[in-house]
Amino acid sequence: MDLKNLTLEEIAREIREGRLSSRDATEYYLERISSFDGAVNSYITVTEERAREEAAACDEEQARGKLKGPLHGVPVGLKDIFCTKGVRTTCGSRMLENFIPPYDSEVYRRLREAGAVLLGKQNMDEFAMGSSTETSYFGPTRNPHDLSRIPGGSSGGSAAAVAAGLSPTSVGTDTGGSIRQPAALCGVVGMKPTYGRVSRFGMVAFASSLDQAGPITTSVRDAAFLLGVISGHDPKDSTSVNVDVPDYLSFCGREVSGMTVGVPEEYFIEGMEEEVRKRVEEAVERLSSLGCRIERIRLPHTDYALACYYIVAPAEASSNLARYDGVKYGYRTESYEGLIDMYMKTRAEGFGSEVKRRIMLGTYALSAGYYEAFYGKALRVRSLIKRDFLKAFETVDVIVAPTSPTTAFGLGERLHDPLTMYLSDIFTIPVNLAGLPAISIPCGEDGKGLPVGVQIIGKHFREEEIFQVAFALESELGRARVVDPESTAGEGE
Amino acid sequence: MAITREEVLHIARLARLALTEDEVSLFTEQLGKILDYMAKLNELDVADVEPTAHAIEMTNVLREDVVTNGDQREEILSNAPDRSGDCFRVPRILED
Repeated sequence: MDLKNLTLEEIAREIREGRLSSRDATEYYLERISSFDGAVNSYITVTEERAREEAAACDEEQARGKLKGPLHGVPVGLKDIFCTKGVRTTCGSRMLENFIPPYDSEVYRRLREAGAVLLGKQNMDEFAMGSSTETSYFGPTRNPHDLSRIPGGSSGGSAAAVAAGLSPTSVGTDTGGSIRQPAALCGVVGMKPTYGRVSRFGMVAFASSLDQAGPITTSVRDAAFLLGVISGHDPKDSTSVNVDVPDYLSFCGREVSGMTVGVPEEYFIEGMEEEVRKRVEEAVERLSSLGCRIERIRLPHTDYALACYYIVAPAEASSNLARYDGVKYGYRTESYEGLIDMYMKTRAEGFGSEVKRRIMLGTYALSAGYYEAFYGKALRVRSLIKRDFLKAFETVDVIVAPTSPTTAFGLGERLHDPLTMYLSDIFTIPVNLAGLPAISIPCGEDGKGLPVGVQIIGKHFREEEIFQVAFALESELGRARVVDPESTAGEGE
Repeated sequence: MAITREEVLHIARLARLALTEDEVSLFTEQLGKILDYMAKLNELDVADVEPTAHAIEMTNVLREDVVTNGDQREEILSNAPDRSGDCFRVPRILED
């Protein structure tokens, strides 16, 4: 059975109804990984043996008439930021190259409980700091649509794997766009839920007030399906919110006629690619033809979001990453004289350039004399950004905007110019600052055949409205396309 | 609002990062540019705006003070870069 164009939901059903074994499904993906991942580099660790054992166990259980849950026997990938008991979890860093977590992240625990089979841990920017997956200690991931280009980041391994059919789905994390931007650049679906919707327990921390896990899939229904599995209150994460999780799938297919869609002026700026603008405007027209009321809105503080984010996120990161001291786990330098020297060399050798840059930035913003001018100010600006959205949501149901100002750029193109790299996230960052849910779905291609993504932003804890609109739009535009990386390498379409 | 070389060295010390000469020069230049960009926030008057540390309002969460995870001593210690029996081994911190 060729699984390439099946959705996660369809694979789950084939297995459940006995037409496909978990073993065959798992072998299918392991084989594709061995054929294509040499070129894509979407996995840091392929858990081949474990996957085969888990798949066999699922098949045996099913033969005895028992199903674990909605993902029984279904192979999945996972960003290498989620702790997996007994399987190394690197977070894309030399610092954690040999770290074997003693416990499972809550996201992975829920996937396992639902019956999922782990294919492996996927590549990412080091500690999720980056927009291209080029800062990974384990080498860059390449975009399956054009191997000379980046897949976006930081969940670039996850997005590339899903786009190349190297895992039918993945769970990534999004601190400033790290699910949505790579999903857009790889032509797949990526959903960042409301802050607090999914437990952060066992997810390596970057910026704790912004980090949130979410699904990367080839269809809106799959994103709704998977979010339903991983969502919900977790007593182990005190920021996880105790509110009911609706049946997200039941919102896919509901009428969108009569809904109000806000289109923010500030998200159509000079400097964005013309074809991105066109594809997104066409998507808005489709929604209009489906009976949505289109309202032009203003989010006046958008222009300040990037500066605000690059104070808040590095400040939180500098504090979170203080734990990597070479004592309890992770890398320790070979030779040193005394404790301070051990700390300083361990961190200098264990962290890559971008992580050091952000630790420096965050330490500066929190240091005596600068705290109020930088961090204090950024927190106040954060209020203004959130307020903009809340005001807009008084009159609109969802907001539609581009996900990224450009399509996938070339490997190495922005790596040495941090500020230009940071601008890749200009349209995704405000959502994290405001804690809102948002999805990116494919909305066509540019002239080079590179995918363009459109973002749908919803109210706090109203993911179901996002799915409702995203599903309607996807039905018009067509579902994500899974590609064979070799056959598309370096050529336009 | 550029940052000086001395400030970079001071921050690196606070952050416990041993930077190479090249990194000091690179970060002085790059952080300077980034901080210049941050100055954009000064265009806004936020004196009367409350800060937002978390976008979702939350209160402290309390639970009973009981052990909820089992004995994972060996799994935890097996990740240690250096250990001595059931202890993490660290360099001497007190001078003779």
